[in-house]
Formats: sequence, C-alpha cells, structure tokens
Amino acid sequence: MSTTVVTTGTEGKTWGGGNEPLKASYGKMMMWFFIVSDALTFSGFLAAYGFSRFKFIETWPIADEVFTHVPFLHGQNLPMIYVAFMTFVLIMSSVTMVLAVDAGHHLNKAKVTLYMFLTIIGGLIFVGSQAWEWATFIKGDYGAIQTKGGNILQFVDTDGHRVALRDFVVAGENERAAHERKNGLWFVSEGALPTYTVEEVIHGLESHPNVLVRTQDINEHGHKTVLSREESLKQIKTNGRHVVEGANLHVNEYGSPLFADFFFFITGFHGFHVFSGVIINIIIFFNVILGTYEKRKSYEMVEKVGLYWHFVDLVWVFVFTFFYLV
Amino acid sequence: MAHAHKLEILRGLIKFKSNTQKIWGVLILLSIITSVEVVLGIEKPEALMGHVLGMKILNWIFIILTIAKAYYITWDFMHMRDETSSLRRMVVWTAIFLILYLVFILLQEGGYIQDVYSAGFLKKDF
Repeated sequence: MSTTVVTTGTEGKTWGGGNEPLKASYGKMMMWFFIVSDALTFSGFLAAYGFSRFKFIETWPIADEVFTHVPFLHGQNLPMIYVAFMTFVLIMSSVTMVLAVDAGHHLNKAKVTLYMFLTIIGGLIFVGSQAWEWATFIKGDYGAIQTKGGNILQFVDTDGHRVALRDFVVAGENERAAHERKNGLWFVSEGALPTYTVEEVIHGLESHPNVLVRTQDINEHGHKTVLSREESLKQIKTNGRHVVEGANLHVNEYGSPLFADFFFFITGFHGFHVFSGVIINIIIFFNVILGTYEKRKSYEMVEKVGLYWHFVDLVWVFVFTFFYLV
Repeated sequence: MAHAHKLEILRGLIKFKSNTQKIWGVLILLSIITSVEVVLGIEKPEALMGHVLGMKILNWIFIILTIAKAYYITWDFMHMRDETSSLRRMVVWTAIFLILYLVFILLQEGGYIQDVYSAGFLKKDF
C-alpha cells in the first residue's frame, strides 16, 4: 500500500482534519445552525409585521388597548400585566432548563430530572396562557362597526372610556337566521351572525347622547381620534356596514385586520415552537429517568434541547417587544 | 464534560463563584430589565415621546433593552460565552447581518408606501 497517503502535510493545523476546530460536537453545532435559520424565519415574520405597521402607521391598533385582560379579573383594565407574567414564566423555565444542563455536567441524575420537570411545567403554563389570550382576543370585548372602506369605528363615552355595544344597543327580533349547511346549500357555509344589526346600533347611538365614535386615526398625542356627537352619528349612518365582534382572519374589532392576522400567525408560530419544545423536553425527561444518559456518561442531549428551549425564550423576548411594547 | 465556564458578566463588573450562582444572577438581571420595560410600557412617560432617527425615544429604549436581554440569554443561558470565538461569530454575525438587511428593506418600503398613501397623488402602481 505504498500509494496510500498517510500524511497530508497538514497535521497540527486547525483545519487540517482530524480535530474539532469549533470544539463543539456535530449535534450541538447543527442545533446552532438550525437556530440561526429559525431565527431568520422569525425575523422574516416580525419584519413583515413592521412593514405592515409602517404602511399603516397612522391607524395601527395600540397594543395597550387590545391586550388588557387578566384571567379571573374580569372587567379590569390591566394592560400588559398578563403578557409580562407570561414572559416571566418563560424566562423562569429557561432558568430551570439551564440548571438542568448544569446538573447534567455534574452527572447528577436526580437534579436533572427535577429541573427538566419544572421546565416542562413552565412550558405548559406558557402554552396554556397563550391559548387563553387567543380565546380572549377572538371573543373580543367591546364590539365595533366596520365601514364600507374597511375601517373600524369604536364607541367611547364622553370621558373617553370604551363603551361596549351591549351597553347601549338593544338587540331586536332578528329576522335573518344564520345559514347552515343542513338547511340550505350544503356547499356554502356562513359564520355566526353578529348579535346586533347596524340599524340597531344606529338606534342605540341615537338614544344615548353620551356615546361617541372613535376612529382608527392616531392624533398627535398618540391617542385615537374621538369624533363629535354630530360627526359620530353621521359616520355611523353613512358609512357603517357591518357589526364586528371579536377578531378573526377577516375582521378585527380592535382595528386593522392585518393586526389580527399577524397576531395569530406570529404568536401561533411561536406557540407551536413552545409546544414542540415541551414535547421534546418530555421525551428527554423520560430518557433521563430511564438512565439513557447515565449509561452514556454524558448529558449532552439535555444541552441540545436546552439550546432549542432557550431559543424559544429568545424569540419571545422579541415578540413581546414588537407586538406588545413598541 | 469538564466544562470551564466564564463566570463574570458586565465586563467583569459582577463575578460569580459558581455557574449556578451566575444563572440566578442573570435571571435577576433579566427580570429587572423586563420590569423596566413593563413599567415604561404602561406609564409611557411624556418625556420619552420625542423622535430620534424617525422613531420615538421610548421605542429605541425598548429595542435596546430587548437586545440586552437577547445578549444575556444567548451568552449565559445558551453558553455562547464559553464557545470558541469562531463558532460565536459564525452564528451571531450571520444572523445580525441578514436580519438588519431584511429589516432595513422592509421598513424602508413600508415607510414609502405610507408616504404615498398619506401625501402622494398616485392611486396605484407606485
């Protein structure tokens, strides 16, 4: 075998082969590169959100006025408190994760088990909170009128506090029943009809002189513009087309439908990451209990899912800023 | 797995005795930053409403605080501090460069469209 090359002349050089220049295992490095590409996906979404927001900068919903709910505290205006709680839960579960990694370095099976368990609990609390937040957002709170141009008109009292449709509109006898597949065209479906019709809202507005209309336009003080009484009646009567309650991919009582679309898409994609993170954590948790890594004398697997879990936290930090704060 | 952890943050201002202690220290730091963000987000002080480089000062503060949080999560929770500098640069600079580029083109374009909507005379094809 005299033709076999035994020396390449590159021994001792960093990239000569046969050593690990980055001092990281293959799996860990690939997790890092996956994280880079996933980070780019998320920044694509957030940058698209920024694009749409800059496009409608003068009419974009103010997040403080949208996310004001906290479970078990009905009817109180508490902007951001619950999201702050969710952020804290996620950071906390990141801490237990990194403690699990640290315990893994010391081959301490009991501690890894405990911290992995706490991480999973934190992840579940977060996903549950997100589901609750979605449900609240979809259900809506005050209701609004959509104009023929697609703008949203909301209602406030003379002090500027929001007024819900149910507070001043009386639902009449509804002559139109919702179309259902079983009693109409089977290939056509229709969503739930709003509780009130536009005529009933007009009637309610006329009989309540202290209710005013608030438009989407943001004035120079950073607040939404409130119309005068005459303007309010005129706007609703000439432009009001639909009653909107809650938010979905088509309409959004809080303002621009794009806001709702991005909310569902970005927090949904992030929630999906948290969910899969929880699943992966559970798998690793059972591997730890079964002693797989104990036999292997290395808890590097915990470190790798840890990287993914921290990344999910990292993304949330940005979603929190760009969706709720800025 | 004899990992050597670098145990100081804030350029050596705070030194920790063990890795576990550093984790709790970083948690406290992150919690403080988040609380500051939440308080500012609820209060919205009038003094920070001025515009710098096309954005409210308050929003710049939020973004800087977010990047600070991202730094500590990556460096201490994801142990980027302990990786080799070449791995660190590969991951961090690639992401930073591409994200800045993407954000720049999209925000520039969004601002332009808003400009045409509010002040321009073109209805379509702009």
